[in-house]
Amino acid sequence: MNPPRRSKQVISLVLVAPLLLFLVFFFAFPLVTMMRSAVSDPVAARALPTTARAVSSWDRVSPPTDEMKAAFVADLRQIGDDQLFGDLVRRLNSAKSGFRTLMSKTRTAASETDGNIDLIALDKRWADPSYWQAVSVAASSTFTDRNLLAAVDLQRDASSAITALPADASANKVIMLRTFVMALTVTVVCVLIGLPFAMIAASVDGWKRQLLLGAVLLPLWTSLLVRTAAWFILLQDRGLINSVLMQLGVTSGPVPLIFNRIGVIIAMTHILLPFMVLPIFSVLIGIPKNLMPAAASLGAHPVRAFLYVLLPLALRGVVSGSLLVFMSALGYYITPALIGGARDQMISSVIAYYATGAANWGMAGALGLVLLAATMILYAIYLRLSSEREVRP
Amino acid sequence: MKILNATLIACALATIGAAAAEARDLTVVSWGGNYQDAQRKIYFEPFAKQTGKPVLDESWDGGYGVLQAKVKAGIPNWDAVQVEAEELALGCADGIYEKVDWDKLGDKSKFLPAAVSDCGVGAIVWSTGISYDGDKLKQAPGSWADFWDTKKIPGKRGLRKSAKYALEFALMADGVAADEVYSVLATPEGVDRAFKKLDELKPNIVWWEAGAQPLQLLSSGEVVMTTAYNGRISGLNRSEGKHFGFVFPGSIYAIDSWVVLKNSPNKDAAMDFIAYASKADNQSKLPEYIAYGLPNTEAGKLVPAKFQTELPTSPENLKGAITLDVDFWTDNSEALTQRFNAWLAQ
Repeated sequence: MNPPRRSKQVISLVLVAPLLLFLVFFFAFPLVTMMRSAVSDPVAARALPTTARAVSSWDRVSPPTDEMKAAFVADLRQIGDDQLFGDLVRRLNSAKSGFRTLMSKTRTAASETDGNIDLIALDKRWADPSYWQAVSVAASSTFTDRNLLAAVDLQRDASSAITALPADASANKVIMLRTFVMALTVTVVCVLIGLPFAMIAASVDGWKRQLLLGAVLLPLWTSLLVRTAAWFILLQDRGLINSVLMQLGVTSGPVPLIFNRIGVIIAMTHILLPFMVLPIFSVLIGIPKNLMPAAASLGAHPVRAFLYVLLPLALRGVVSGSLLVFMSALGYYITPALIGGARDQMISSVIAYYATGAANWGMAGALGLVLLAATMILYAIYLRLSSEREVRP
Repeated sequence: MKILNATLIACALATIGAAAAEARDLTVVSWGGNYQDAQRKIYFEPFAKQTGKPVLDESWDGGYGVLQAKVKAGIPNWDAVQVEAEELALGCADGIYEKVDWDKLGDKSKFLPAAVSDCGVGAIVWSTGISYDGDKLKQAPGSWADFWDTKKIPGKRGLRKSAKYALEFALMADGVAADEVYSVLATPEGVDRAFKKLDELKPNIVWWEAGAQPLQLLSSGEVVMTTAYNGRISGLNRSEGKHFGFVFPGSIYAIDSWVVLKNSPNKDAAMDFIAYASKADNQSKLPEYIAYGLPNTEAGKLVPAKFQTELPTSPENLKGAITLDVDFWTDNSEALTQRFNAWLAQ
């Protein structure tokens, strides 16, 4: 009955096929698409082929030449596909505001006649070289680094040197840094609450343990949005927490708990706590119960016994819990949006704006890529630190 | 093993086949809250009864990228969507909407000129302006200068989290006349001036995104004043006996339109729905629930006089109000939103 080796391999391949397909379709493919969209910029080159040739000899400073204008009008007449035209307009308008009305006006004029059009008479913006610079930059290459640069608040100026964007124009670096700081804060708070909680849950048994674990697991089965909305109700100025505090006479006015950092940290900590407690708990119940009495019998103070015996053994759980919490916290969107103020928004809100608001998938992809890169670097540092720890006895 | 595999494959194919064969019901998307409740009562449910087919309704908070992504992905899962004016303009230029079948709707001259487009039909005329709780605020605010004056009326203010509206209101608070707002905003100095004015109020602003949020913020006392959509205010006053006020001078009005997403599998049903919602006797029922102006001028005439005074389209309320400059925002939305987001983050 033993099937030959080969068919065994086929069977095992079939068994892992769903996983492989899942990884390819839901992980690798979207990731590669996102990275591509961050750097690929084929629209203008495809829509304006003649213009691309005409602007290649232009110095990008002097007034636009007649050849460029004629080529541009000819290209506009060629574009039959409205969606391609839309993509082109969006690409140009995101480089220079004003292209939307300019392009639709010009396209209408170009389609009404077959003859030559005086672009500058049509709209004086066509005399401004900065509009032609945008056309020239967009049409000259099918790849671009402008999204990646803009994701870290940089740009290329007219002479294509890399310069910083004006301070009031973009704050991606600030928001990116804030995202990491907030994720780190939530992780630390989760460790401070989760470790003692898991230790208590592991030290009792029977219904007490069930109760403690239930308290952690039950919120996990509730939708994220519902939990966030519940915190909204609890934290608001006339919410449960503030009215209790005021009735007890602890404060005279409401403590600001919502639309600020404190509220976001409280809500995110509550939501992510199960991901900290469960890994620590699973490590703790594997530790023999007689280790702590053994340490005590050798004369160790309970604090010393905890620091030198239990904590090093539990550390594996703490580290994997921290990693889970930190990585999940990085991508938080709905909780900061509902509970936080304007200064508590994380990078996902900026990505969401570019994706759903501006339909600028290139920028959304670039910001995602920068976030991915920063996270990978942190992960590499973590791997290095954790492997060192294993080497050291 | 083989039998198991074959069964699995058969099951999978059967599921896919069933999913593809089962056509989705007509899906209509609007802006949620008490506005969509009203629409459900006067449009969605009667239309479903008339055609004998269910109408699904969903809500959204705007965002052109959402619509574009749905169309680019192939067959969209929404059919008829109510969009804001610049989403209509952008999408019409990009070709992501089906062309409106005006034969079904009748004479274009029955509609307000701004409500007629190749890609959409006006659904409502709505205003954004200051609203406040008349029960809590003894002295009603009269202008944007009052909205900015936290000494005169202490407390937090709600504003929609978008550069659109926030910049216009800031300029009006800074003393720019309502009809000059867009010519000032078109200059870099004007934009700087608006952001500088917003700086003053920044510590006292609570930002909202969905149209139902400002009502909640006002009711809970989280803010003393907020920008809000006028129709929802009068709707809430009627349904919950509140005394919220709305300040029409200095408000900005705009037209929302119905569109049908390109390649919608229920294109014809969606067009029929839009025609149904645009009929004078159906549309005229809306102001009873929610005080939005009606793009169908014949519907406007059918509205009882007691509701007329609440509409943004009544001559009394148009005084001092301005219309949203769609061209300005289609051109400048991305750059100004980027700057607005950076300003928010600092």
